[in-house]
Amino acid sequence: MVEGEALVSEEGFSPRYDLDRWTGVITKPGHKLEGQSIVDRICFFPTAKGGIAAGWAFYDIKWKKIAPKAFVFGVTNPVMVQGAIFAGIPITEGWDRHPRELVRNGDHVRVDPARKVIEIL
Amino acid sequence: MRLTPEEEAILGGVQGDAVRRALEYQIEVGRFWGATRFVPVTSVHMMGDIEVMGDAGLAYLRDEAARGARCRVATTTNARCMDFAHCERLGQDAGEAAKERELIATLRRMDVVTTDTCINYQTVYQPHLGEHVAWGDTGTVIYANSVFGARSNFEAGPAALAAALTGRTPEYGFHLDEHRKGTFAVELKAGLQDLADWGAVGKIVGESHQNYYAVPVFHGFGRSPTADELKHLGAALASYGSMGMFHFVGVTPEAPSVDALPRERISISENEIQNIYRSYKLGDGDARLVVFSGPQQSLFEMKRLAELFYGRKIKPGSTCVVTTNSAVLSQSEKLGYRKTLESAGVTILEGVCFYILQNLSPMREKNRWTNMVSNSAKIVNIIGAHRFNTILRRTADCVEIACSGVLR
Repeated sequence: MVEGEALVSEEGFSPRYDLDRWTGVITKPGHKLEGQSIVDRICFFPTAKGGIAAGWAFYDIKWKKIAPKAFVFGVTNPVMVQGAIFAGIPITEGWDRHPRELVRNGDHVRVDPARKVIEIL
Repeated sequence: MRLTPEEEAILGGVQGDAVRRALEYQIEVGRFWGATRFVPVTSVHMMGDIEVMGDAGLAYLRDEAARGARCRVATTTNARCMDFAHCERLGQDAGEAAKERELIATLRRMDVVTTDTCINYQTVYQPHLGEHVAWGDTGTVIYANSVFGARSNFEAGPAALAAALTGRTPEYGFHLDEHRKGTFAVELKAGLQDLADWGAVGKIVGESHQNYYAVPVFHGFGRSPTADELKHLGAALASYGSMGMFHFVGVTPEAPSVDALPRERISISENEIQNIYRSYKLGDGDARLVVFSGPQQSLFEMKRLAELFYGRKIKPGSTCVVTTNSAVLSQSEKLGYRKTLESAGVTILEGVCFYILQNLSPMREKNRWTNMVSNSAKIVNIIGAHRFNTILRRTADCVEIACSGVLR
């Protein structure tokens, strides 16, 4: 179980394609979250993009102390899961409703992967 | 997951600490995906370089090697972040270069074969129909599943390494029949005469169906595609769509027939392809960086570039980078392609891909690059975090831009 400030994206995610892995800021030009920091956030991403960097990159950014507190994906892929588990970052897949209906950036949320519940606090 | 007696023994520590930890990790991953058991693998391909692993990843690897971790199946490496023949000239960090050397040595101690290539399926290992492997570079996985009918999930660095140590991987995703069926059909009505066009198809199809379990079925194409065309298609589908498999009627071994296509239908004409090329903003018109990479060039891609660059020169002040692996570079040298390209002023880097290069953002700043032009839809998609404005162009157009200095 983990709590933190929500960051809700309308666009998918890859740590190599989208993220500056030295600052924790989304730097890809045109990304819907461009300029935002993922550090210590509970990140809601609808999809995962391709690539396998997340396997090592999540461990790397956790060690650098710029990792999110959790990943909450609509749909995800094995790489995100392999990377999150390796780094010890909670990760979930599946939304019964779209987060944009319920969660705004900055909302304090709690994610309980065991009960498959996300609460806005 | 149901474990075999050997797997229980591994968990009990009978085969050592490194392989026990590897299996525990794989069980956790397998549990997330609902795997009921492990499946043995015969080939592993893993990502492992200092740019993506960082100090933490290198420490982990050092630790594993010290615990006696050794690969039990043929294990090769993906493209890395440094070509030591060029790293100083490119302004890469000497401290990171030393770490990369240590990383490579550590991998070799674990019996990892450092092939440093993202085109292993072209030059290193070609799995057969139904062969279970654990590969990590999404372009290699989609090629293996689709064109060979082999079976692999996306296996990121630590997951691939774990598979190398245990000799097995959790049975989920593309290891299972149920995920290998086509889920939507794509009629190809465009000519697709250039590799960039195939990447554009991958972008169109991938971006609109971004889902690991989406499996497009291509049909209606008037001729038999080449290996390099399927390579660019797959790399783009994997990159834009996070896809692990496609079918191509009459071409790939598990494709359905034309009268058994999935219900959802889309179609791609020449107009959609042209729209893709038109969609790129040219920014400040900077034309000084042209890249043929992501994936590394095959022998026939090198041949074509040599033909296009023959007798020409890169515009002074411009940079053209070609990346390939050592096998292709060796043959390219014997066949004269290397000499032709280098005479034109092309920089050929070995064992790397451009978007993975260590110190890439500072390199961009130092050279005041703003745009990056390429014939690879994959690299145009993935290098953005380094703040390049990327532009996809056909192969001959890329060569023209490199030589004229004019961006169109």
